[in-house]
Amino acid sequence: MTTSSDTKNPIIRFMNMNTSGQTGGRSLPLWRQLLLQLTALAILASVMFPIMYIVTLSFSSKTTRPSQLELIPKEISFVAYGQVLDRPTGNPVTFAELLRNSFVLSLGVGLAALGVAVTAAYAFSRFKFKMREVLMILVFIPLLMPAVGLSTPLYLLLNQVQVKQCAEGTIAVQPITTCADGKGRLQFNLRDSLFGVGIAMTASALPFAVWNLKGYLDTIPRELEEAAAIDGADANQTFWRIVIPLAMPQLAVTFFLGFIGHWQEFVLTWLFLSQPKDYTLAMTLYNMTGQYANSVPWNRFAAMAVIVALPVAVVYIALQKQIVGGLTTGSVKG
Amino acid sequence: MAAAQSSFSKTKRQNAVLPYLYLLPAFLIMGVITFYPLIYQVIISFTNFETQHLLLGMRSPDLRFIGIKNYIDIFTAALPVENFNFFRVLEFNFWWALSNVILHVPAGVMIATLLNTDGLWLKRIYRAAYVLPVVVPPLVVATVWTNIFDERYGAMNQLLTTLSGTFLGNFDPIYIRWFEDVKPPIPGFLPGAPLTLAYYAMMIANFWLGWPFMSVVATGALQSIPKDLYEAASIDGATGGQQFWNITVPLLRPAMIPAAVYGFTLSFNLFNFVFFMTGGGPARSTELLVTFAYNLVRNLRWYGVAAAFAVIIFAVALVVFLITNRITRATQNYMEA
Repeated sequence: MTTSSDTKNPIIRFMNMNTSGQTGGRSLPLWRQLLLQLTALAILASVMFPIMYIVTLSFSSKTTRPSQLELIPKEISFVAYGQVLDRPTGNPVTFAELLRNSFVLSLGVGLAALGVAVTAAYAFSRFKFKMREVLMILVFIPLLMPAVGLSTPLYLLLNQVQVKQCAEGTIAVQPITTCADGKGRLQFNLRDSLFGVGIAMTASALPFAVWNLKGYLDTIPRELEEAAAIDGADANQTFWRIVIPLAMPQLAVTFFLGFIGHWQEFVLTWLFLSQPKDYTLAMTLYNMTGQYANSVPWNRFAAMAVIVALPVAVVYIALQKQIVGGLTTGSVKG
Repeated sequence: MAAAQSSFSKTKRQNAVLPYLYLLPAFLIMGVITFYPLIYQVIISFTNFETQHLLLGMRSPDLRFIGIKNYIDIFTAALPVENFNFFRVLEFNFWWALSNVILHVPAGVMIATLLNTDGLWLKRIYRAAYVLPVVVPPLVVATVWTNIFDERYGAMNQLLTTLSGTFLGNFDPIYIRWFEDVKPPIPGFLPGAPLTLAYYAMMIANFWLGWPFMSVVATGALQSIPKDLYEAASIDGATGGQQFWNITVPLLRPAMIPAAVYGFTLSFNLFNFVFFMTGGGPARSTELLVTFAYNLVRNLRWYGVAAAFAVIIFAVALVVFLITNRITRATQNYMEA
């Protein structure tokens, strides 16, 4: 444990992060080691309690509610997973559709916000111009407004865009054209579609993306850009060839934070979407708990919870260092 | 010479326009989906906007401007809603955010310090496990804890039953009505806004969710503290406690204060979590400003009142932002000093 060559051994690194000093594990008296181990184990138990509970429940084949506490699976049954994947809710929507809706929505919002935010963040980070402060406040102010605060006007706005099949057989696209009789059969309503909800969600995603990217761009040294300028690159070339590649890790983190934020988006989807085929995983999970859940067996709910959590958890663990680093640079630099 | 000058002024002009070009896409989009709705929201907050106006919006013939009636109704609790008092909700909302941060930050720092102890066995395992609450989406956390606090079948009551059986020899099943009981277990704890059991249940669940993030931030900051500071201190005879208060705490401050501010604003508007766990109940005792705003839109459908409420939330958030901004600025100066 004490020689430096040992630190390359992954098992030793796994067991104990600090092997650099000559002190190794010996500086800690045994009684303190045991005391600290006891504390650490107690914390571990409290952390694992809900996780083990829900995992155990999801592997159970019993559809009755649990009558006593079980934290270690007695059986490994995939019945509940199978049922959830086969028919997630009472609504006519398949699991594949739910997953696709959640995925498309989070991906679309994450990418749209990122693409629009990156140039704005660059402008705020690198240029001095008139009204800079005012414009920056304008961008960040919506961060103070929760999504539900803008829902009514967004609802009305998106509701105006409708495609209708008119009586005489033509197609009218409101608000540009309307049917002659003013009516018509509704074919598409932007408000009641994933695309429309995605647009509404971008409103709340954009300010955060600008803020998070600007904080990071501020930390990139300007020397490289100055060198590029001396070599004759104009501002656009510098932006695309120097800044974007350097900012790639933070772009990934910003995208991912947007992605998980909207992976669990509930307010706007629940307010805007009315057709089961557009429902998302988050909406389904809500349907399986609380007042709506009387008929849903708990093992199915548990399986659904694990399924919704797993993809996010895996990516989060993989990107953990960058995410924490990114969040803290952003917040310190404001 | 003249040509050089003209090209110089051309690039100069380009540079003056360029930042605005870079900002253009963001402002075009925000103009339509953020600023327009914000202004619209302010306008309809002075009207009697209700469900029947949804079709025609501002063009509805019977849409009337009613001045600041919506605002007055909210502040004077004149809305025909049971158990709604704006100032109680506001007080609870602040207390909720504050009490979370007060618990999460010290717990996170202490646990990070524990894991930073030289020579502690199994560090990597603990570190890996302790981060799990951060990576589970809060939405899932809320639904899972809702089940855990279920009165009859929930894990919490079952755990309490097991504990009471093991340690007290009392095997009667415990049925605590976490989400229904309206009687505050500690009367008078927060004057003006009684804290029901549901609040404590949410605190437990959100504590599980909240401290690991603080611990991750604290770990990063702890590892940047030079080890020789501690060595020098112990040569000078400082005890472990003295080292913690005089070295660790001051050096963690620049990292922890922004994290605490972040945690405060996050808890302040923690919609999904609160909505999924209690829905603001029982008797609106755990209602936050955002969950009530959602109720106004979704269930009561008073869009005019909801708009006024949104404007009020915005004003409250602005005040919170200005205060927290001042706090983080203070830390920046501290770091530069």
